[in-house]
This record gives sequence, C-alpha cells and structure tokens, in this order.
Amino acid sequence: MKEKSVLEMRNIHKSFPGVKALQGVDFSLCEGEIHALMGENGAGKSTLIKVLTGVYEKDEGQIWLKGIDKAVAIRSPQDAQRLGISTVYQEITLCPNLSVAENMYIGRTKGLGQNWKKMNADANRILRSLDIPARADQQLSSCSIAIQQMVAIARAVDMDCKVLILDEPTSSLDEQEVAKLFGLMRDLKARGVGIIFVTHFLDQVYEVCDKITVLRDGKLVGEYEIKDLPRVQLVSKMLGKELDDMSEIRSESQVYHGKDADSVVLEAEGLQSDAGIKPFDFHIRKGEVNGFTGLLGSGRSECVRAIFGADRVIGGTVKKNGKTVKIAKPIDAMKNGIAYLPEDRKVDGIVGDLSVRENIILALQVLKGFFRPFSKAEANKFADEYIKLLEIKTASADTPIKSLSGGNQQKVILARWLLAHPEYLILDEPTRGIDVGTKIEIQKLVLKLASEGMSVTFISSETDEMLRTCSRLIVMRDRKVVGELSGDDLTQNKIMNTIAGGEENNADA
Amino acid sequence: MKKKVLGLLLTVAMVAGMTACGSEPAASTGGDAGNQGGELIKVGIINNDSNESGYRTANNKDLQNMFTEENGYAASFAYSNMNDEQINAAQKFIQDGVEYLLLSAADTAGWDTVLKDAQTEGVKVILFDRVIDADSSLYEASIVSDMDKEGETAVTWLTNQNLSEYNIIHLQGVIGNAAQKGRSGALNAAVEANDNWNLVTQQTANWSAEEAQQIVQSIIDSGESFNVIYAENDDMAKGAVAALDKANISHGVGKDVIIMGFDCNTWALQELLNKNWNYDGQCNPYQASKIHEIIQKLEKGETISPKVIIMEEKGFDANEITQDDIDKYGI
Amino acid sequence: MQMLKKITKQQIFIPVAALLILAVFNLIADPSFYKITFGYNSAGNPVMTGNLITILDSGSELAILAIGMTLVTAACGGQDISVGAAVAISGSMLLRVLCGSNTRPETLQAPIIVAFLVSCVVAMFFGAFNGVLVAYFKIQPMVATLILFTAGRSIAAWINNNELPVISEPSFGYYGGYIPGIPIPTPFFIAVICIIVAVLLLKFTNLGLYTQAVGINESSSRLNGLNPAFIKFLTFVLLGLCVAVVGLIKVSRFSTINYSVIAKDIEMDAILAVALGGNALSGGKFNLAASILGAYVIQFLTTTLYKVKVQSDALPAYKAVVVILLVVMSAPIVRQWLAGLGKKLKKQVKEAV
Repeated sequence: MKEKSVLEMRNIHKSFPGVKALQGVDFSLCEGEIHALMGENGAGKSTLIKVLTGVYEKDEGQIWLKGIDKAVAIRSPQDAQRLGISTVYQEITLCPNLSVAENMYIGRTKGLGQNWKKMNADANRILRSLDIPARADQQLSSCSIAIQQMVAIARAVDMDCKVLILDEPTSSLDEQEVAKLFGLMRDLKARGVGIIFVTHFLDQVYEVCDKITVLRDGKLVGEYEIKDLPRVQLVSKMLGKELDDMSEIRSESQVYHGKDADSVVLEAEGLQSDAGIKPFDFHIRKGEVNGFTGLLGSGRSECVRAIFGADRVIGGTVKKNGKTVKIAKPIDAMKNGIAYLPEDRKVDGIVGDLSVRENIILALQVLKGFFRPFSKAEANKFADEYIKLLEIKTASADTPIKSLSGGNQQKVILARWLLAHPEYLILDEPTRGIDVGTKIEIQKLVLKLASEGMSVTFISSETDEMLRTCSRLIVMRDRKVVGELSGDDLTQNKIMNTIAGGEENNADA
Repeated sequence: MKKKVLGLLLTVAMVAGMTACGSEPAASTGGDAGNQGGELIKVGIINNDSNESGYRTANNKDLQNMFTEENGYAASFAYSNMNDEQINAAQKFIQDGVEYLLLSAADTAGWDTVLKDAQTEGVKVILFDRVIDADSSLYEASIVSDMDKEGETAVTWLTNQNLSEYNIIHLQGVIGNAAQKGRSGALNAAVEANDNWNLVTQQTANWSAEEAQQIVQSIIDSGESFNVIYAENDDMAKGAVAALDKANISHGVGKDVIIMGFDCNTWALQELLNKNWNYDGQCNPYQASKIHEIIQKLEKGETISPKVIIMEEKGFDANEITQDDIDKYGI
Repeated sequence: MQMLKKITKQQIFIPVAALLILAVFNLIADPSFYKITFGYNSAGNPVMTGNLITILDSGSELAILAIGMTLVTAACGGQDISVGAAVAISGSMLLRVLCGSNTRPETLQAPIIVAFLVSCVVAMFFGAFNGVLVAYFKIQPMVATLILFTAGRSIAAWINNNELPVISEPSFGYYGGYIPGIPIPTPFFIAVICIIVAVLLLKFTNLGLYTQAVGINESSSRLNGLNPAFIKFLTFVLLGLCVAVVGLIKVSRFSTINYSVIAKDIEMDAILAVALGGNALSGGKFNLAASILGAYVIQFLTTTLYKVKVQSDALPAYKAVVVILLVVMSAPIVRQWLAGLGKKLKKQVKEAV
C-alpha cells in the first residue's frame, strides 16, 4: 500500500447472471482527497461502491485499508461501517420523523439507557463544528434535503469514518445548497477524510475534486489528476469516443420551416394552480423549443404541471390552436395533444413492475380507451419500433422497466409520449441522472422533433443544455415568471442575471 | 381538517352500524311514556344478537311479546354478543333506574362488579338462558336449559332404538360452547360405556350446514359405513342429509341412517313428520312466561327457591310427532 | 437446470407446486382418494361423487371470490375483509325477493333471475360503499371494509326481519346442487362461466393494465391520464358482482340462509387464494389464473384434511402453516439462500462429474 492511501481496491471482479459488471478494476483513495468516480450508466460505478460497502460480495480481488496489515473482508454494510467506510446516498436513508440528534446516534448507542441531554449536546457540537445550520432537537423532516444530507454526513463523520462515499448527493440540491455541501466536503478533506464523489455533473467535478477515476463497461479506463484532464477529454474517455463539438448541435437546418411555422399551438393566460405559483402567461409556436429556467424550487415544474393539468388548476384560460380548452386533469391535456415527461422519473414516470412494452404503450392505450386494448401484435410492434428508434438497452420488451438503468428508463418514458404523437411535448428534466451520451441523444432528438413540427418545452437544471436546445427561455424566480429571453439574449450571463434579479431586468418583473 | 371530518363521518357510520346490530328502536317501548303510567314495571333486558341463530330469534321474539305495556311492563332491550358491551348496557340500565335486569350473558365471567352495583341500587337481577360465574346471592333467579340433560335425553332415545351396532358420525357445534359440551358429553359417555357404539368420526362443523356436508361427504367418499348421524344442531343435520341425498343413502324412519338434530326448528320438525329424520331434541327458548311468573312472585314479596329453574325440554321422535307439536314447539 | 429455473420463476409455479405436493401426498396416503363413482342421488338424478368432485364443487365459490379479490388487491394494495358479510347480505336479499313477505312460500314470489339481479345490484352497492371509502376517502382497504365486516351480518338479518326463509321450490336448488341429468355440480359450471367472463374482460378491455398500473404507481398512472380513484372503485364494484354470484350458490345449496355462519371466514380463504397464487398482497402485478388455482388448492387442502380426519377446528391452524410457508418462501432472504444453495449443489455436481 502506498503511504498516504486510506483505501486500495485491487483487481475487483464481480459478475451477475449474464453481465460482467466489474472486470479487474483497481481504485485507490488517499487521505484528504476528493476523488470523483465517473462513468456512464452501467459503467460499474454503483457496483464498485456496493462491493466496497458490503452490499455485494466481490467474486475476486482484494481490498486494503490503512492500518490493517491484511486484505479486509467486507460482507455486510455493518462490516463496512465498522471499518470506517460510510456512505451517503442520493435518497436520504435517515428517519424523517426522528430528531436530528436521534438520526445521528440511532443504532450506535450501547445498552437501553440513553442520556438525551448529552446526546443533544454532542450532536449540536458536531453540527456547529461542521457549520451545519440545524439544531439537534429539530425534527429531520423539517430540514431541507441538503441539510438532511449534511446530517447524514455528520453522522458518518462522528462515526470516525476514514472513507466517505457520496453517491449523487447533489441531484436534488440547488446551487447554494451545493456550494454549502462543497464547503463541508472541503472541511472534511482538511481533516484527512478520503471522499469518493459520484456524480453526473461535470462542473461539480472540476470545482471540488482532486482526482478522477473513469470506468467504462466494467473496466478501469484510468486514474487522472484533475488538472491533467480537460472536460472534453473526460467526456470522451467516459464515452470511449471523440465527441462532436456539443455546442454545435443546434443548426439552422434543423429549424421547422412549415407554412404554419408562426402559428401559436398553445396559449395560456393567467394560469394558476394550487401548487403555489403566481398566475403566468405562456405561449408556444409550432416547431418551437422553449424552456423554463430558474433555480430548483423557482416554480418551473409547477408551471408545466399546470399546463398539463397535473396539479389542480385554480385560475386562467388555456387556448389550443386558438380555441379555448378546459384542462382539469392529465387526460384532458392528452386528448388535446399534450404530452408531459415528469421531473421525477421514479415517482411520476415509470410503472416499475410493468414491462417495457406496457410502459411504452400506456399513454396511447389510455387515449384509445378502456374498451379498445391493443392486440399483442400491435403492442409488440410499437414496443420494438421505439426500442430500436431510441436505442433502448433492454433484454426484451418483456423486461420489467425497473430493472433498466436510469437512462434507459427515461428513454422508455420518452418513447411512451412519442408514441402518442403529441403536438406539444413537455420535457421536465429529461436528462437528470443520465449519462452524457444519452443526454446528447435526447437533446438531438428534441431538436429533430421540433424540426418536424412538434412544439417542445424543455426544462433542465443545466443551463448550457437549455442554451443548446431552446430558442426562447422563460425565466422564473420565487414561483413567478420574471423574464423571457430569446435571440442574442440567450447567454449564460444574461440568464444568470435574470435569475438573480439584476437591475436591468426589474422592469420585466 | 379533512381528516377530522372523515374521522367524524366514520364514527357516525360505525355508530349507525352498531345501533343497527345493537338495540333495535322498534323493540324498546317504555321510556317516558312508561314512567307516567306509574303502574308499569321497568325492566332492562340484555340478550345476545338475534341473528346468532334461529334459537336466539325465537327467544328474543318470545321476550318481546311478553314484556309489553299490555302485560304491565316498560321494557328496554340491548343486544350484543360481546361481554363488555353487555356490561355497559347493564350499567346504563341501572342508572336509568330499572326495577329488574334480565340477563343472558355472552360470557360467564366478569359480571361481579356490575351485579353488586345492581344490588346496591336495589335492582333485581334475573338470569335467563345462560349461567354466569357469580355468587348466587347476586341474582334472584336463573332460568336455564340443562344442556347435559338435552344430551342425555337424546342418547337415551338412541339407546332405545336397540341397534345391533352403532356407527356414529358425530357433528359437533363450536367447541367450548355450553350446548356443544352438554350434547357431546352424553354421547361420549355412551360410546365409552358400550362396546357396540363406535364413532366413525367426531368433528366440529361449527354449527354450519356446509361444513357438515363436507365432513359427511368425505366419509361417504372414503367408503366407511355408518348408521347414525348425531348432529348437535338442525343446520348441521341438514348439511349431513344433503350429503346422504347426493349419494342416495336412505335416511329417516326405518331407513339406513338415523338422523338426529337439536333445536326444534319448524322446518326440522317438518322433516321429522315426513319421517326423513328420526329425532330432534328441544332447546327451549320460551323462558319469557317463566320470567314473568317470577317477577309477579317477587312483586308480591315472595322469594324464589330454588333459585335455579331448569326449563322443561322435550325430545321428539319421528314416530310420535304431530302437526300440533310442530305448531307449538317449532321455532 | 436452466429449464428448472425458468419454471420456478413463473408466478403460477407456487400454486402448481402446492397442488402437486397435495396430490402426491394423497396418492401415497390413500389412492382411493381419487376414486370417482357414478351414481344416482335420492331424487333419481345422475351424479358423480368423489373427493375430486367435492373439490370442484366446494372450491368454486372461493374461485369466484378470488377473481374479484385479485383485482381489488392489484389496484388498491389491500384486501376486502367484508366479503363474507357481503355474501350474507346478497343471499338474504335474494331470498327476500323470492319469498316476498312470507318466509315459507309455497311458490316463488319472483323469478329467480329477477331476484338474482336485485341481489347483484345490492351487492354492487355495498361494494361501491367500500370502494368510495377506499378510493375517494383514501382509507386503508382493511380498515374501510371493517365497517361492513362488523355490520354486514346484522344488515343481512334485518333484510329478512330476522326470519329464516326456506325455499321449497326444487329448481332453486339447482344452482348450488345439480341440474337434473347433469352429473357434475352446478357451482363448477358457474365458476367456469365467471372465469370465462373475467378472461374476456381482461382480454377485451384494459382492466388488467389499468389496475396493475394504478396498483404499482398511482401518481404515474394519473399523469398518464388514468383516474386511479375510479379504477379502485371499479374493482370493488366488480368484487361486489362476484359476491352476488357466490351468494346465489351459497343460499341455493340448502335453499335457506343462516346469517351468522353463511360464508363464514371466506374472506380469509379468498385472501389466502390470492396470496397462494403468488400475487403480492401489496398490489401491482397479478396473475388471475394463479389466484383461481390457489382457490382450488385451498379446497384441496381442506378436503384432504377432512379425509385424513384432522379435527376440523384445527383446520385454520393448518392453513396458517401454509401461510407461514408462503410468506417465508417469498421473503427475499430465503430466496437468496435458496439460490445460493442451488449454486452450491451445481458446483458439487460438477465436481463430482
């Protein structure tokens, strides 16, 4: 073992029936280092993490830890915890209805007695030392997701962890929260904790990490110092091919040129839902791609949900091709040719236990009606067609969707709505938690659909993605539309200014 | 807020449900009107749910017909198969100042406190139909069926048939029930005592015709021979007969299999009259007139001795039953 | 080996395996279990008797209820525990219409079909009552149906003023007995008809897809244009229809009713049938054939226990053992262990070869 290493994994192999998930992967982590683990979906990141935390048992290979002079056996998450390996997952795994302090000490107290006063005092001390804005006696669910995550980290720190694994911790955080989390990570780094950081956000990797290990198809591509690996290089290493210049996706040739190119497909006036957004106006033209942008929680999802009838609409009118329509629930919107790919794929998108085929045909089937089911042959035809079109990686159309990777699940949901042939497609964070390759595919697809005359609203947390796809952006702040940008105004700076509320934009608000 | 309204709604629904199966408003005469009459004797009657069985229905009807204003009573009724609900009802009756508390208890235990309260308040307690585990000083009288005797009467009748061999299918009621204990006890004793008495099977069919049918069907399918079906109520006898009919096994007077039932449902006695069954043992539900007698005596200041009064119960033989019997004893 | 794995993965494997175990047990214990005799009943009609016929006969009510219970389970992720009480209500209603005000009528006061349709409406109404509580008031199914479970038998008794009506018309007995000239019990045919209707319903409507989608992910179903509340409601109404059919068979068996014991504990058997069919009681995907087979397997078990003369008050205990086995077998930890065991065996076999 190298002198400064806290962890070394050597020649790790792990197979599942039909899949070689890890093939001879090495990974090492030093004290006081933030180390990004990168790779597309299916590259083997999660498997490697799960081997390390004892969720899976490795088939072959060795794991060495600092201070132990032989390879360690990690057979359960408890083993891992005892050895000083802690994990904080994307989904919070704490108990929301217990207090912060209880969450920090649950399962770690000896005996039945519990000195509550001391526990709270200890918890407060740790929270303060890590600069986490939470009180020990506060109920966990009253904290924001970011704070909850930090509490989970504080728990790990207090358990004297030497290796901290952060698995997609930033997916549900806004930028300020991310900044806070990074502060905490740097603080821990200074204390000598080794941190493994798994994320999809390239910006974040370059902001906070020291080293990057890239995996692809279950194999190690390499370990790099951050300064030696420019972004484009990183992406190409992850994908295993050289990239087109991504900013060039949008080109003039892909704009819709139909005769009705200027006609307004959908128009909303004073629309308001019970999800707490201020009344807003909205319109979209044929073949146009526009987008809602703003910080997380600014109300961009709530706007499109109101358009689709997903939340209860309490005011305003909607016109479809000039005619007033009433959209009270999703089926009304669907009948009017509107499709909505929801933000939270797991909760609102997939129907987990159903097959890929059933998930693909669901929306069209509902549109067709209760008494007119598709025949098996029809359903198969649709499924096969879209599996091929979107290159969905699945063993068969019969596979339950929940066993697909995140990106492929998203493609299935996309297929579902494309199959319904909507005039107007709303995509709410279609690329979240998806590998870079699929992201670009989806962006290209959106532009292609628009060039064929479909109107698309695209929402993403990544502004550069929005800039590449949208020709008009509606900017939101505090549940209110505060501006609209198009043409030459579509630049990172302008967007940031509008979101932040610079002076020149006050007139718009 | 929504939840509270919902909870309220549910409570209302529950209460509505309880009252539907609890005290039937139609049955409770009495109340204020009765008090003004002055002459009326206030009684509180606690009985088991009348949909429990045909027996209970008859028992309840008998009480309702007896304790009317015409007969000089202001009666309130409460029905439940649950002891604690019955105890609550008793407490309420005592508070309402009834003079007599008539009680058919769901369980034998747990009545001491409330009966002592009754005694202090001067409420006289009369038990009917079911005995309880309480000191006999706590009640004035107890009018019950002697289940052991019912069983003995039936077994004596069976002995008198003088069969050369008794191969018996014994269909029991819900195990642990007083009626089951009494009716099973006598038969078990006879089987023990006589070498030519055999139990082909002894199973509980839980008072249910359907379970009885399945049990007998399974015996027939396995090819075992039997010549007596001793069912502890009429429903189970009926189920057994359905199985016999299906297999074309003759039953009744002078036929292959003797059918015995209990409770004297009208339709069962009809089967006796048609000679399809052989015997039906009575479990007399008509305690009301006895209770009435006792109350009259108590009103005159007499004491009841002995305290335990056993109802007279008959056993009917298919050869002797008449239409009059059916009209008189059928429930 | 691969083949074996494929078979054991099928959902219907569980009830089939249970059936095979029972069948083999009986074959070893006493092969005469399978004897079927052809004879005439006391009315002179041809009948077939034997344990297998008894199973087909008595298991039919359960099979019919299992259809409805499976749908409710799939869509609502919970079970209706009031079906026994609801059977009492619909049976009581049926008799009420047939008897009119007289409890021992010489002739029927209404055609049987009319009475049956009325009882269907009543049973569907009570199903709808449960459905509203579950779907629109969002009460847990077990809790919501507890109301009818408690009050149902009293309502049934109230419908007939606590009287016990008896029908003397012999043709009324056909539905729970035999149609003259046909030696197979009628309930079996009724069950077959119900199964065919259910299969057609699943084939020619989207009932299956919708109930499963709602059961798996309600929020996602709503965003795909479904109305989850209505679909849940619908399953309860359909269960009500199944209840009405069972009510007809039950009261027809003895041409009378006993409010307190008719269809007693049948809800537990119906739920057990669904579980035995390998369906998740928490809702979602279902396999109707497996549920129906599960129902007959339960009856097979009951008949077997009667045959070996197990004290019938101990029957629930045996069923409990089956439930425990089922639950344990389907627990992920046991499955993993079994899979590991399989692997080890395979290895040993390989080494031995």
